[in-house]
Amino acid sequence: MFQLLIGTDIPFMKYRRFAYVFSGALLAVTLVWFFAKGPRYSVDFTGGTMLQIRTSQAVHADRLRSALEAEGIQAELQQMTGESPNEYLLRFRTQGDPVTLVQGAIAKHLPGVTMELRANATVGPKVGSDLRQKAIMAILTSLGAILLYVGIRYEFKFALGGVAALFHDVLVTLGCLMFTGREVSLTVVAALLTIAGYSINDTIVVFDRIRERAKALRKEKHSRVMDIAVNETLSRTVITAFTVFLAALALFIWGGDVLRDFSFAMLVGVVFGTYSSVFVASAMALDIWIALDRQKGISAE
Amino acid sequence: MTRVDQGKLLGVLVVTALSIWFLYPSFRYYTMTPAQRQAMEPAKLAQLRKKAVHLGLDLQGGLQLLLEVDKSRLSAAEAKDAVERAREIINNRIDQFGVAEPLIQIEGTDRIAVQLPGLTDRTRAIELIGKTALLEFKLVRSTDEERNLFQRLDSWLASRGAAPGGDTALAKTPLTGLMIDNSFFRKEDVPTVQKLLGTPGIDSLIPTDTQLLWSGEDEARSGMTGRTLYVLKRQPELTGGSVASAEAAVGLDQTNPGAWGVSMKMTPRGRADFARVTGTNVGRQLAIILDGVVQSAPFIRDRIPSGDASITGGSFDVNTAKDLAIVLRAGALPAPVKPIEERTVGPSLGSDSIQQGLTAGIIGTVMVVAFMAIYYQLSGLVAISALALNLLYLVAAMAYFGATLTLPGIAGIVLTVGMAVDTNVLIFERIREELRHGRSIHESVRLGYDRAFRTIFDAHSTTLISALFLFQFGTGPIKGFAVTLSIGLLANLFTAVLFTRMIYDFWLGRGKVERLSI
Repeated sequence: MFQLLIGTDIPFMKYRRFAYVFSGALLAVTLVWFFAKGPRYSVDFTGGTMLQIRTSQAVHADRLRSALEAEGIQAELQQMTGESPNEYLLRFRTQGDPVTLVQGAIAKHLPGVTMELRANATVGPKVGSDLRQKAIMAILTSLGAILLYVGIRYEFKFALGGVAALFHDVLVTLGCLMFTGREVSLTVVAALLTIAGYSINDTIVVFDRIRERAKALRKEKHSRVMDIAVNETLSRTVITAFTVFLAALALFIWGGDVLRDFSFAMLVGVVFGTYSSVFVASAMALDIWIALDRQKGISAE
Repeated sequence: MTRVDQGKLLGVLVVTALSIWFLYPSFRYYTMTPAQRQAMEPAKLAQLRKKAVHLGLDLQGGLQLLLEVDKSRLSAAEAKDAVERAREIINNRIDQFGVAEPLIQIEGTDRIAVQLPGLTDRTRAIELIGKTALLEFKLVRSTDEERNLFQRLDSWLASRGAAPGGDTALAKTPLTGLMIDNSFFRKEDVPTVQKLLGTPGIDSLIPTDTQLLWSGEDEARSGMTGRTLYVLKRQPELTGGSVASAEAAVGLDQTNPGAWGVSMKMTPRGRADFARVTGTNVGRQLAIILDGVVQSAPFIRDRIPSGDASITGGSFDVNTAKDLAIVLRAGALPAPVKPIEERTVGPSLGSDSIQQGLTAGIIGTVMVVAFMAIYYQLSGLVAISALALNLLYLVAAMAYFGATLTLPGIAGIVLTVGMAVDTNVLIFERIREELRHGRSIHESVRLGYDRAFRTIFDAHSTTLISALFLFQFGTGPIKGFAVTLSIGLLANLFTAVLFTRMIYDFWLGRGKVERLSI
């Protein structure tokens, strides 16, 4: 039998204050950044045009930019990495037909160069705000449903811890997307939801063991019960995280530009989802548990 | 083998057989070469395509449009079914344009979503779909009436000092002063005239039964290029509703025999109206107007009983003439539509995405499989076969329900794979734990499954609930993600609870097992 991390006895709950400080700091930075600067939203949410084009020959970004500017297109240019150096992402706003405009500008100012349209996403301002609203609505209702289910199946303290971990993971991943300058698009929202799903799954497994152990070990301190449960599930937690990490890594390296932001979010999310099951979900459940006991006048710790 | 085992085996076999049955069309369709597709009967190919898993536009390339129907100028009665009528007309146009598997749906109260998979000519498609195509035949007012109107407008504009610049000649006759010939203006003066006609209050000078419309494109007259401002009777003599058929054709315009145009045949009713109108108005001009722009205004030389009419103009080429014929046959939209969202994925990007998705998927799967086999040995192989079945069921269910596989859908599959691996890891770790506690192999497997099941069930239910909400409230990509995730979760519960358990039962049921390879 090939085994890892069996029979460990790490006092996780003892370190939870450090984890609170660490997570708190991460969340604080993320929230400050979020409200002060905000993430870079894609055209899905802001409205506007994002064109992905490939030119028939290498064109320097400055030449392309001045060609576009000559036709009154103020575009934000981004050269695509990886596939071919002739591929660009253009972000701009226009009243007319974006593809025709760019095609015209290239034909007029860059003789001999033709362009191939790889992708065009043009979203009207009204649709953008609709999509934003619907995405937020979808996320909030599904998180609310999770809270309700975990609240019914488990106890309130677990539900609260679980949802706190969920928000933690989604926010921290969003933070990592912001810090690395990645765009928040509908696809990235799907990635954040994947992380929410992964996070709650991971948390439930740990919670389930805590619940089981809490019945068997009534005499033990709560923190001890938690530590035993977390240690017992540790090998499973790490193995699952490792395999999902492998799958996401493959997507990140070989999945191409379209899936890169998605797989990046997955990589970050898996790491934090695993961490938060122990240090956010369980730790918070423990502190709520202790607080509830204290209200009742019991002191188990 | 117990009765229960037989039931499980039967269940797994039936579901697997059904899945292969549902997946077979997808397998055939996507492994066919373009030449084979060409060789197949179109009806059979269409049927095969319908049964195969649909690829989203992000994977196969295509055009997605969201149109808003502008109902602001319709009466309440007209507005009632305007969106539905618009959808039907767009449907007709696309049918005649020839796109395989278009999807045209009404969204909300005034939006129409159009999906055209595999389309390459984006500009043409947008033009075709978005054109209102309101065709009208209107009589041009006589030269005297024209002159009277322009003079009245002139003196009104002059009294308001509306003339541009300090030109004294123009100050008295701002409009007619710019006129080269009867209602003809130089190209560079057109914006000025348009601005003058936009003066607030000018509408009160134009009789309610009269309308001013410009010609569509530059024409040459008296050695200059410019446009004509037609003074028309507002009430149309005929509309596009009288057109029975329209075809693109060459040689309709005698002065320009090589040019493309559209020839129209009228319905019997339209033919009678057309004969009457032309008969009573010989010598006058009948303007042919498309979407508020005068295409041409030929003089009526004689009564036309045949009901043949044509639209010509310098800018037609074979494609624009064909497309105009299509929209005239399909009819006018009841109200203008405006694209408010467009997503185009070029075919090359779509196939790149599939290629990269496959490469990444295969490498990722190989890594996960290798890890599971090393870590759990034979049991790892059980988990891998469960994973393979899981994916088979997932894709088969998508084919069966006619769901569409998109890139975010692939993300949902990645999460499903993660959860499937997790399910097996949970069970295996639990079995190992029981083994360490000194229980027998049989006992450990039974307890491992029983105890892990509750955890697995809760984890799956939570995720499933959130997926259902995402499906209900989400849009596009989020929906695609929710679909694959929900189906994957159900498939996973099935394989984990029935399939792998059954394997262990067989494994352990065959005599005494000394050591469990886990």
